[in-house]
Amino acid sequence: MKMINSLLISLQTNIPTPVPKDLPLPLPLPEWLLIIILVISFLAHLVFVNLMLGGTLLTLWSQIKGLKDKKYDLLAKEIASTITVNKSIAVVLGVAPLLSINVLYTVYFYSANALTGLVWIAVIPLVTIAFLLTYLHKYTWKVFENNKAIHISFLGLATVILLFIPFIFLTNINLMMFPEKWAVVKGFFNAMMLPNVFPRYFHFLFASLAVTGLFLFWYMSRKNYEFENLLPGFTRYDIQKKGYSLALIASICQMLMGPIVLLTLPAKGMGWNLILVIFTGVAMALPAMWMMWKGLQASRENIGKNFYKVVTLMTITVVFMGSGRQIYRANALEPHQKLVKLRTEEFQKIKKEAIVKSKRAQAAENSADLSLADKGKKVFNQNCAACHKPKEMLVGPPVTEMATIYKDNKTDLINWIKKPGKKRPNAPQMPGFPQISDEDMSTLTEYILTINES
Amino acid sequence: MDFPMFHLDWLNNRMLIAGIATLHVIINHGLAVGFIPLVTWLEQKGLKRSGANQITDLEWDEKVYKMMKVAFIITTTIGAMTGVGIWFSASLISPSSIGSLIRVFYWAWFTEWIVFVTEVVLIMIYFLTWKNSNKSLRAKIRHIRFGWFLSLASWITMTIIVAILGFMMDPGNWNSNPNLINGFTNPLYLPQLAFRTPMAMLMAGVFGLLLATIFTKYGTEIRKDAVKSISKWIILWAPFTLFGAFWYYKAIPEGMTANMSTAVGTIDFAQYYGLLKYFIIGGVSLSVVIAVIGLFKAKVIRPYMVVLPVVFAFAFLGFFERVREFVRKPYVIGQYMYSNLLLEEDMVVYQQDGILKHATYTSVNEVTEDNKLEAGKNVFMLACSRCHTGQGVNSVVDVFERMTGTKDTLNVAIMAAYMPNMHTGRNYMPPFPGNEAEAEALAIYIRHLQDSGESIEGVQTEGVMVSSDYTVKAVINKQNKTNDNEDDK
Repeated sequence: MKMINSLLISLQTNIPTPVPKDLPLPLPLPEWLLIIILVISFLAHLVFVNLMLGGTLLTLWSQIKGLKDKKYDLLAKEIASTITVNKSIAVVLGVAPLLSINVLYTVYFYSANALTGLVWIAVIPLVTIAFLLTYLHKYTWKVFENNKAIHISFLGLATVILLFIPFIFLTNINLMMFPEKWAVVKGFFNAMMLPNVFPRYFHFLFASLAVTGLFLFWYMSRKNYEFENLLPGFTRYDIQKKGYSLALIASICQMLMGPIVLLTLPAKGMGWNLILVIFTGVAMALPAMWMMWKGLQASRENIGKNFYKVVTLMTITVVFMGSGRQIYRANALEPHQKLVKLRTEEFQKIKKEAIVKSKRAQAAENSADLSLADKGKKVFNQNCAACHKPKEMLVGPPVTEMATIYKDNKTDLINWIKKPGKKRPNAPQMPGFPQISDEDMSTLTEYILTINES
Repeated sequence: MDFPMFHLDWLNNRMLIAGIATLHVIINHGLAVGFIPLVTWLEQKGLKRSGANQITDLEWDEKVYKMMKVAFIITTTIGAMTGVGIWFSASLISPSSIGSLIRVFYWAWFTEWIVFVTEVVLIMIYFLTWKNSNKSLRAKIRHIRFGWFLSLASWITMTIIVAILGFMMDPGNWNSNPNLINGFTNPLYLPQLAFRTPMAMLMAGVFGLLLATIFTKYGTEIRKDAVKSISKWIILWAPFTLFGAFWYYKAIPEGMTANMSTAVGTIDFAQYYGLLKYFIIGGVSLSVVIAVIGLFKAKVIRPYMVVLPVVFAFAFLGFFERVREFVRKPYVIGQYMYSNLLLEEDMVVYQQDGILKHATYTSVNEVTEDNKLEAGKNVFMLACSRCHTGQGVNSVVDVFERMTGTKDTLNVAIMAAYMPNMHTGRNYMPPFPGNEAEAEALAIYIRHLQDSGESIEGVQTEGVMVSSDYTVKAVINKQNKTNDNEDDK
């Protein structure tokens, strides 16, 4: 216990940090396996999100440039055709990490979702609109040939939306790591201002550009890609150079942004394990960047010589960075998770005791020698008391009134209860009670008819 | 209940899920599961129509491609995002239930996801290679085969998700043996699949008829042929839809009756079932009428004539989903979790100690003389807010006014007396999860809502209050005390 205690010291502040109960159900898989699935599937999703966003930004840039230089308009059209495919894959690949984070961090994820609720759910209509706009843009290239301003504004609007969406995700994923902030956050924009959201956003943005730069290098280098027909103003080498330059510059920006991301993270999740993983990731990226630089210096034929090495090293970097992200989360949440577990177990214990107690009480009640009137009263309480009180009108009329109407006429009363009609215009119709057994019905009506007016 | 409570006081929380889910189902059934085989079949027809030196009838092929384009754009945008939207909205409105379901059905959803990825990849290939496949007969035939694979993948996605839905509707299995096999073997599974499959085909037919008339010109041979072909498709599937609906209709009430603690079919249930019958018969026969006209008098059909059957078919599927959701009550997970997200087995604790005492997100943990209004508000949030609003759809004030016939002044004593027993008279209601003091506080709060017209804010704008018993500090102190006591012993 001392150990937990010391771990928890850092969590004690003046703002109350909630300790909710978790769902009383086991995880479907060992935790480590779920974490692996989460990290891998999330990175796969993220790469396509990067390609979608990076592609959109480059298309916009290229099409604006194309207003003066026609060949860039063609380039924009070519990049645009990749966005819609990448976006579909991004969405479908997002389901697996979403499932995994739901199951692993139920309490944390759902709480953060609720606290940013309106903007969180706005992801759905916003992304839908952005997607529809990208299709509109893609399929109306000819229609708006002479009206470029309108055509570009479709994509511009889509870009604005797609640039905003990562804020929503980052805010949520950030907020879920800090239960100590839950009681102070009032709405999404408030949560967005927590430290670390903005640095992570720019880190993500540069990642998108770097990934897209490499993607375009590969996409336009393919042998069966009819480059000369599709992009007559460019040589393949031009595009390759552009792709590599973009990837290299964006990677350098990433390197500069990285330390800011680390420094703005609250200390509670820091640890040597995290630093080790992050720096191994950086170490993998450095030779890749060197190779890109060398490629840019090389002759036309040799620019792509090390391309697959670059991609492999960068992929390893991404895996390390993704793992680092998970390690921080695990470090940050561990003490709180322990408390949640304690609380969950405690409640289960209370529940078990309460169930035993209530069973005992029930058994005592059942074994007691009830008079006929008491038996009737029990049936009454179970089935009728919701709507009928002895002397006052509740939802239905008072019991004394029934006793008066059906005096000496038990059969009609039974029939009425089994299949009631509607008598009063100001009260709702009573539901039928065909499920009351004959014996219960008899004691019930006995009870109703003998209830004393006094 | 141990999550901060997102709340929409005008729209009603369930409506958010229902709106997104219904839109998703309409697109999934009408434009994916049913539409892909229809389009593939029409594409295949193009081969037969082709002239001697053509691969396919290019004009026909172009029209079919346009129909597919509409389906492609809608399914990969609104369709895909509403699918994700179901998760998002469920995580906001119903975190405990979706969280519990995912813990148990992780693998089911994971498998469904893999099929879904396949489906998306296939639809990309099918749609994006369409034009290129027109270059040779071999490529065209391969393309058509892709269409059939894609149709199969879409249908398999549905077979898995129906099993999960089936499980959620299935009485009692959660407690005895929660696993996906029960979803496939439960009595609702086959009827539901037998209904949804032809229903999807029928909806696709009606929708296809609309698109075909939009994309072709009046009086052309190609429109006549398209209308005739799609009419045949509708007429073929209509009897299966009716049969499936009948089978399903027969299957649900029995399944649900067994689910109910008291076996009363309340007035509300009976009404919905009755209405559903007319919706189904009306929707299917309207489609058949238009299809019969299309078959024998293809020339007559215009786009606007098809709009009504399309709307009707969509409305009826929406209504069907509503009934399907409604029959679950008072549970959200049969005999395990009530629709207010409280577990059935926890109820004994709440009725013994009060719900506030065990809640994490509440500003008071006990009802006192001075805090009744505030306590009532917290109880409302914890126990009622998943289904009721203060001033909007299904407002708690409205239902009490309607029930007690008191338009102006709700009676606190009557409401407080009603709550502990309400589930026996209104068996779609979960039992009241609290003690007498909390029932009274809630009644006072409801009366206050009636008087003030105040609307209730959710945590998305107001933030959360943390119960003083369940802060990190309190939990650690309590733990230390227990440990000290144990040490003393």
